[in-house]
Amino acid sequence: MKLKLKIWKQKNAKSDGAFETYDLDGVAPEMSFVEMLALLNQTLAQQGREPVAFDHDCHEGICGSCGMYINGYPHGLVKGLTTCLLSMRHFKDGETIVIEPWRAKPFPVVKDLIVDRSALDKIQVAGGFISVTTGAAADANAVLVSKKKSDLAFDSAVCIGCGACVAACKNASAMLFVSAKISQYALLPQGRPEAKERVRAMIAEMDKQAFGSCSNTGACEAQCPKQIKLFNIARLNREYYKSY
Amino acid sequence: MNKTLFSAVSKKFVMALAGLFLLLFLPVHLGINLMLLKSDPEPFNSAAHFMATFPLIKVVELLLFLTILIHITYGIILQILNWLSRPVGYKVRNKSETSAFSRFMIWTGGSVLIFLVIHFFNFYFIKLGLVDGNPEDFYSVAWQLFSVPGYVILYWICFLLLGFHLYHALQSAFQTLGLSNEFWKPVIRAISLIYAVAVPVGFAIIPLVIWLFK
Repeated sequence: MKLKLKIWKQKNAKSDGAFETYDLDGVAPEMSFVEMLALLNQTLAQQGREPVAFDHDCHEGICGSCGMYINGYPHGLVKGLTTCLLSMRHFKDGETIVIEPWRAKPFPVVKDLIVDRSALDKIQVAGGFISVTTGAAADANAVLVSKKKSDLAFDSAVCIGCGACVAACKNASAMLFVSAKISQYALLPQGRPEAKERVRAMIAEMDKQAFGSCSNTGACEAQCPKQIKLFNIARLNREYYKSY
Repeated sequence: MNKTLFSAVSKKFVMALAGLFLLLFLPVHLGINLMLLKSDPEPFNSAAHFMATFPLIKVVELLLFLTILIHITYGIILQILNWLSRPVGYKVRNKSETSAFSRFMIWTGGSVLIFLVIHFFNFYFIKLGLVDGNPEDFYSVAWQLFSVPGYVILYWICFLLLGFHLYHALQSAFQTLGLSNEFWKPVIRAISLIYAVAVPVGFAIIPLVIWLFK
């Protein structure tokens, strides 16, 4: 496959960026999007040109490192996939692909397609944990959890914190991320003792990081590679009101 | 304290409550408007008179103005903050799948506001004595307005946009208040659709019926 790539190049957060166009030959349909970019960088290195900076790590959709805005979609057109699992067979030979970094005030561009997503980490640090004494692991059946609740909690716990929800939202809101983090604890008995402090602290931190608010447009749900559901946001709101 | 009272979620909560109150008001207004279809001006005018003078309604009226003000102010504040959350936009238009009407709430809401200003000018200002007209005969005022084709077309456009606003508004309010889940979501969506079609259509058919049959 032959591709024309229009990639956002930006030296750092302070400099102005611009698109640079690259022609890339020899892309195999079975390559992942990240492997395609690695091929591009290899080609650029051989030509003595500067490679494109982009985040990637696990290549199996569980780390949340990769993430770019591909032709108007965070993580690309295919639903439920991270950029590293997006296969090049979804693109046509000769196609032009426009790649941009996540855009949000709390996500400053570090370089090219890499953005600083530590704002999400700060929200997590504010309350996304449970306080337990360390030592021997507790007996698995000491606290009973219903199958339904454990499934729902797990469905929200699969959030990898990639920031696609923020990137997709017209308000750059992190509500889906926060709702997933809140839900995974709110649904389980172990999360209840600190539920009030948690939800207040995480929402306060979310606002402090200047994420937008939720307009219930559903773009986040559509673009989430882990398919976190919108009703988690309703649960987050519920938990917030219940904390008073 | 300020952090929690004025958090993004609290602002949305206040907006949703204010919005739901306005949603309750619309069918009442529609009920009275439907009396315009009678040839006798008396029922409409006495209903309007009742709404304008009954003490309890005066309290509700004050609450209504306050609600409108809160809903608009919060809506504008939230929208500005949301725009500020993405100072640098994308070069390729965001194609993420969204519910169609949710993206234009500030604009559909804004056009409803423009209509509201015109509406106040046409009716409420008469009551306040700022504009000429008989406040005891709003029936004739309404009939006179509906005889102007330009006004009716503007009226229809505004109600179409109001319908777009309402369709997202109702389901969004439930989500914001935390009252939505996987089971109730389709039910709430269906109710939103029925409401968002029935109320604006109810208002819009009045000038049509007057044109066709009166």
